[in-house]
Amino acid sequence: MIGDLLPIAQAAGEVSQPYLLEARQMQALSLGVHIPLVCFGIAFPAMVLFTEWLHIRTGDVVYRTLAKRWSKVMLILFAIGVVTGTILSFELGLLWPGFMEQWGEVFGFAFAIEGLFFFCEAIFIAIYVYGWDRLSARAHFLSGIPIVVSGVGGSLSVIAVNGWMNNPQGFDLSASGEVTDVRPFEALFNPNLWHEEVHMYTAGLIVASALVAAVYAVAWLRGRRDRYHRAGLIIPLAVLALAAPAQLVIGDWAARTVAEEQPTKLAAMEGLDQTTEGAGLTIGGVYADGEVYGGVTIPDLLSLLAFHDPGATVEGLDAVPADDRPPVGWVRNSFQLMVGIGTGLAALAAWFLWMRWRRGSLPATKWFYRAVAVAGPLSVVALIAGWIVTEVGRQPWIVYELMRTEEAVTGAEGIPIGYATLVAVYVGLAAVALFMLRRLARTPPEVEAAPGAAGTEVLP
Amino acid sequence: MLADLALAVLVVALAAYAVLGGADFGAGFWDLTAGGAERGARLRGLVKQSMGPVWEANHVWLIVVLVVLWTCFPRAFGPLMETLYVPIFLAAVGIIFRGAAFALRGEAATIAEARALGATFALSSLLVPFFLGCAIGAVASGAVPAEGDAGDPFSSWTGGTAILTGVLAVASCAYIAAIFLAADSVRAGLPDLTEALRRRALGAAVVAGALAIGGLAVVEADAPDLFDGLTSGGGLAMVIASALAGVVTVGLVWTSRFEPARYTAALAVGTILAGLALAIRPDFLPGELTFEQAAAGDATMIATLIAVALALAVIIPSLVLLFRLKLRGKLGEEFHPITTGDGEKR
Repeated sequence: MIGDLLPIAQAAGEVSQPYLLEARQMQALSLGVHIPLVCFGIAFPAMVLFTEWLHIRTGDVVYRTLAKRWSKVMLILFAIGVVTGTILSFELGLLWPGFMEQWGEVFGFAFAIEGLFFFCEAIFIAIYVYGWDRLSARAHFLSGIPIVVSGVGGSLSVIAVNGWMNNPQGFDLSASGEVTDVRPFEALFNPNLWHEEVHMYTAGLIVASALVAAVYAVAWLRGRRDRYHRAGLIIPLAVLALAAPAQLVIGDWAARTVAEEQPTKLAAMEGLDQTTEGAGLTIGGVYADGEVYGGVTIPDLLSLLAFHDPGATVEGLDAVPADDRPPVGWVRNSFQLMVGIGTGLAALAAWFLWMRWRRGSLPATKWFYRAVAVAGPLSVVALIAGWIVTEVGRQPWIVYELMRTEEAVTGAEGIPIGYATLVAVYVGLAAVALFMLRRLARTPPEVEAAPGAAGTEVLP
Repeated sequence: MLADLALAVLVVALAAYAVLGGADFGAGFWDLTAGGAERGARLRGLVKQSMGPVWEANHVWLIVVLVVLWTCFPRAFGPLMETLYVPIFLAAVGIIFRGAAFALRGEAATIAEARALGATFALSSLLVPFFLGCAIGAVASGAVPAEGDAGDPFSSWTGGTAILTGVLAVASCAYIAAIFLAADSVRAGLPDLTEALRRRALGAAVVAGALAIGGLAVVEADAPDLFDGLTSGGGLAMVIASALAGVVTVGLVWTSRFEPARYTAALAVGTILAGLALAIRPDFLPGELTFEQAAAGDATMIATLIAVALALAVIIPSLVLLFRLKLRGKLGEEFHPITTGDGEKR
């Protein structure tokens, strides 16, 4: 049915923009900066609150010191996320005015819901972080709960928009290509919503836990092995141990949905040129110039994974005209990278769980801590690679099979200037933020309490 | 009807941003002009104490404005962005610098760092309201075409009305901030700062008032339709209300009654924004597109308005809680002068 509407939608306004690729890179850059920060806004609060709960339950001051320290990091990263998120809101209009003009009324409702959660989070994160020594223990813990709820709700509503771009519905198109009869709830609860949200929230848990664990693993390697650092390592590792293996199962669910809803994207993810019955899966290797170099091919596995049937037919890239195919190299290589890192994280989690279960302790070998230290940055790489799969895999469409990215782009001049400015701003921002966070990490925890605040905590 | 309701939401959210976010921007202005490291230390400390817990929440009003704009008025949002991308991009860059510099300033350990971050924060605090003000002035003066080629990327927002609105936005931020900071300094028991801020508030009020009155002549020459809208009917009523609220505020500040002055100052800003909206109504992009034409379909409008109503039902009590905790000193920022930053004192 959507195919019938296609020529109409394509007929809608066409602007000439010689810098379409730069506009896409600019958007990708902003998303790439924002998404890792988001992990600390949506998933990290649950870890902080869990740690505070450990303090309330055990009375152990180490947990309180950790939760307080982490909450400061959470606030700094949330604040930076607030501004990078604002940039994204502006860019939607600055770079893609055609997209907003035609479709804003269909998916905009999801952003209105997101605004509600975002507001709640901004309010309660302030109460939580600034209220440590002033509110009662109970009131303080309770003030953290809306942050966790808002993190889930906020990510759900933003993901709803992305899910909708990949699987647009909840409206009709008139003969002249105008959007009519918008059904906002149908647009919000599109079929891509649930797997994308669960996949992203779990990714948020993985990135936040792996990065935090990496910081304490480095400290461990440098010989700081007191109870504070030990707890700071074990709590995120426990979260990672739950999230990383679960992500493998969730990823399978996501890929099966893509196989059904966006077969061309799946074909690009696997580098499958021809529609194939009983398609094999090539693990590893690099895709370039229409071919996969290297890698191991297992017969029928792709059909089995995508449709749970080894003989199933998997649609290849040849099913759509060359103009309608995404850049396969980017999509396939990013997908391999994400799956590879995800599998490695799950293996690391298994190592940690095995040692806890068999010995009741952390592994003794330095290689474990080195692996954790590397896992942090790698988890961010996997996160961004995953978003490249979703976003580049949707190309050339901004609204899948309804509006091409080139139809949505602004006709404005000066995109290279804007792009260069933004690169400079983000590089500067990253340098300053890293510098400041490193210093926060070096401040000894004993003197963390603010001057004049109720008592300075001394570690046992 | 639905378009009018959505417009009302837009004006209220914009007014909330202009008042609450504006107080934070204006605080940056006073931070910038506070003087050398020693002389300005106490005022800078007050700015930090006062803004710390609330600025993120205040900033969210801008997101509300954007979301309501593109969801409820998508056919105005597209053209608006295609013409006014220069000031809007510059405002966006200002927002990054300002937020990041403020968030990180608390971690500064040396005077050089504190100065660099403080200056970044303060300077960008001027740029954001200026450019956003220019964009609003450009829309109101009819510089944004709805169809066909976009307006000129520079001359569209550098006309008299647009620049005036930008400068007025900076002045009104400074004026609101001085009043809010003065009220906070009373609560914090810092009488020397109270007096300094009282004088600043009166000075800013004179400047903002003079700009507003003198500016009418600029508007008459540059955007006669807007001038007519502001000097007749609902537009005129709002302009008069704003002027009265401004005069009452000056009286309250003169007599050092800063708490009620917060509300009358907010009223003065809110009414002038409502006046602008009434002056251009029924058009959104004057001479080009009405609010009705720009509006989304009924289902979207109704769903969004219900979502906004629900959101307000949750957010207003939460905001009241946040501001009450802050005013009661339940949120931990202690007052201490900023000279070398906090790091060294730890």
